[in-house]
Amino acid sequence: MAGNREFFYRRLHSLLGVIPVGLFLVQHLVVNHFATRGPEAFNRAAHFMENLPFRYFLEIFVIFLPLLFHAIYGLYIAFTAKNNVSRYNYFRNWMFMLQRLSGIITLIFVTWHVWETRVQAAFGAEVNYEMMANIVDNPMMLGFYVLGIISTVFHFSNGLWSFFVSWGITVTPRSQQISTYVTMAIFVALSIVGIRAILAFA
Amino acid sequence: MMSEKKTVRFIITRQDRPDSPPYEEEFEIPYRPNMNVISALMEIRRNPVNAKGEKTTPVVWEMNCLEEVCGACSMVINGKPRQSCTALIDHLEQPIRLEPMRTFPVVRDLQVDRSRMFDSLKKVKAWIPIDGTHDLGPGPRMPERKRQWAYELSKCMTCGVCLEACPNVNSKSNFIGPAPLSQVRLFNAHPTGAMNKAERLEAIMGDGGLANCGNSQNCVQSCPKGIPLTTSIAALNREVTIQAFRNFFGSDQV
Repeated sequence: MAGNREFFYRRLHSLLGVIPVGLFLVQHLVVNHFATRGPEAFNRAAHFMENLPFRYFLEIFVIFLPLLFHAIYGLYIAFTAKNNVSRYNYFRNWMFMLQRLSGIITLIFVTWHVWETRVQAAFGAEVNYEMMANIVDNPMMLGFYVLGIISTVFHFSNGLWSFFVSWGITVTPRSQQISTYVTMAIFVALSIVGIRAILAFA
Repeated sequence: MMSEKKTVRFIITRQDRPDSPPYEEEFEIPYRPNMNVISALMEIRRNPVNAKGEKTTPVVWEMNCLEEVCGACSMVINGKPRQSCTALIDHLEQPIRLEPMRTFPVVRDLQVDRSRMFDSLKKVKAWIPIDGTHDLGPGPRMPERKRQWAYELSKCMTCGVCLEACPNVNSKSNFIGPAPLSQVRLFNAHPTGAMNKAERLEAIMGDGGLANCGNSQNCVQSCPKGIPLTTSIAALNREVTIQAFRNFFGSDQV
């Protein structure tokens, strides 16, 4: 593998974005959706997740380490690009730019979100419906969360499209086109799930 | 009306030396029917006087075949990289803006140094080794259907337009760009070339290789030869995935 570091890191970055980070995102949005069934339903679901066996192991190896690598290497990728959508006004070039932009917005959002919830929980706060309701009580924060959720879901969905290309699954233009439709449908569907959940706290 | 127009206006980005700052100079030259950018540049070379009527140095550019097969005369024309030999004046909005392809080091005016592409072709072994110490005999035959398919990939003239369009080919990255990658697919498709397939794949799995592609797909939109560059890249992605598995887990297909 000597001399192949860049190839390895790029592929690892692509893989980790989907497995496990992407899967965790979907799970997280689905669990949050319990909020639409009322505070009690959400608290029960959150409590269940909180009491999963091997919680710290799962958090470290399924969430934090992969997320940290994906974020840091992703920043490097984002800042080595020289965006040129004004000169090359093509759909995929826009998606290329938006993937990098949404990655940066998502990183800011997720950092803030982890600080506000998981880190506060480590300091002794209880993560429940009330905590989120207090956060999004502020319309500014609600707006920030809506933007953050849409950005995160876009980054995941469009990243899924790139994942299929990067691993050589979608090769023909036709399969890449269909993949665009499918991943954008995922973007819309997951956005609805995420926005419904956050609005349930507001 | 095009035919009544007496002159053609140009705004050309010029640069005297590789390390000197670029500047713009305007030119107004007499219109002739069926002109292309090259014949206009030849007119400027013949009579190097700018739009203000001042005598200036002739604009430097490169050209060779004049029929869009050599790639030498590539430059950015009205914002898009393309060959100046096939850029017809009648089809261009005026004033016509000419710039060098800045992805490459500028030598002078519109002339750039495309060496990095030729270095990349060496790096990825974009040739078929047939020399030996004795006659190796004829190689395996190539099916006609495959030859026709491969011909499309062989149209690449190393013009540099795809590198110019790619957001990931820039001074901050060492990405070799779409053109040399597609050549790996071409030479790996050849029955004799396939004997060195793994070597080429491993070359593009190195630094600045295939994995640097960010799928903006500007290359396939910009290629003057219509080469399916993004299909090549995706096909190679599949090949290197398999190659990486072989390298790590082991395989008898050396």
